[in-house]
Amino acid sequence: MSEKEVKNLEAIFEARIARDEKIEPKDWMPEKYRQTHIRQISQHAHSEIVGMLPEGNWITRAPSLRRKAALLAKVQDEAGHGLYLYSATETLGISREELFDQLHSGKAKYSSIFNYPTITWADIGAIGWLVDGAAIINQVALCTTSFGPYARAMVRICKEESFHQRQGYEIMLTLCNGTPEQKAMAQDALNRWWWPSLMMFGPRDADSPHTEQSMKWKLKRKTNDELRQQFVDQTVPQADILGITVPDPDLKFNAETGHYDFGEIDWDEFWQVVKGHGPCNKERMEARVGAWERGSWVREAAMAYAEKQAKKKVAKAS
Amino acid sequence: MKKDWPLWEVFVRSKNGLEHRHFGSLHAADAEMALENARDVYTRRNEGVSIWVVESKYITASNPADNGEFFEPAQDKIYRHPTFYDLPDEVKHM
Repeated sequence: MSEKEVKNLEAIFEARIARDEKIEPKDWMPEKYRQTHIRQISQHAHSEIVGMLPEGNWITRAPSLRRKAALLAKVQDEAGHGLYLYSATETLGISREELFDQLHSGKAKYSSIFNYPTITWADIGAIGWLVDGAAIINQVALCTTSFGPYARAMVRICKEESFHQRQGYEIMLTLCNGTPEQKAMAQDALNRWWWPSLMMFGPRDADSPHTEQSMKWKLKRKTNDELRQQFVDQTVPQADILGITVPDPDLKFNAETGHYDFGEIDWDEFWQVVKGHGPCNKERMEARVGAWERGSWVREAAMAYAEKQAKKKVAKAS
Repeated sequence: MKKDWPLWEVFVRSKNGLEHRHFGSLHAADAEMALENARDVYTRRNEGVSIWVVESKYITASNPADNGEFFEPAQDKIYRHPTFYDLPDEVKHM
């Protein structure tokens, strides 16, 4: 294809995006659009998959059968969300194997929040309330994203997420209405999860290299800072209902703007965890790669069995 | 020798009376596993009463690049629509 033809196709493409038309897998798209989507959607898929690990830690130790059934269902949902997103990524012409390789080799990133440990039961409450709360804000904004398969996966995911946040908040509520020790546990979990949750929205707009292009392609509909503000505004009153304190001395409602002003995020910590030096990066990857490798004989056996059955069927027919 | 599980497309009927609709795709070693995986991945909340799976490689799709000439024959046949025909207002419902 000549440079002029590509320019022409690009112009048609940009016009379609501007008209809010969806882009479908077989449509022509600029190579950079394809690559950016592979990067973002697969990163999202990896986050769902790795996100099962910190919560899986508590399935066998949930305090009641009700909590255990709910947590198990939530972790199964995360697996499902990962699978929707992997298939959406595959429509862009990359295989599942390649995607796993990128995760396992460290080439692809996943959300840094999952590199923090879950040391008490209250962490399961805090994750549902804060981490899923932040995820929902990100994901609702993505339901109208320009790439069709991604938008459809997000719609399905958003429908399923709200149970996650409610079960987490209910855990927090129960702890906060319990003994002083239980309430202290809830406060401790909020103290540890608050800042990492704010970091989930990514770097400040000024430091986010992809934001401008992503907004133009309607891959992102709101900036990191806008979404972060929305999260703070929504979450602080929920902490008030619980009767616990958000660990930020600078947090204050600003009557003029109608929003909460909040303190500065520790960006050194943010970049340290992104670069692989968080408390659990190594442990998470070992668990993930270990599970994949230990399961390889099962995958091979299933394939061998399927081939044998198919051959039998052919033999019978002839 | 390592072989990856093939890709399958999943179609789900939400309830009787509705058609099967494309829900997404997944990997499975064979058709039976594809059905079970489809149940677990796409119908965890009673979203379906019937599932079809078909290996993705068996689907033939039209090419969007050819949409112009491919769908063009329908463009100028406005006489296929009821509004093409002029009827007096006295004929109320037709």
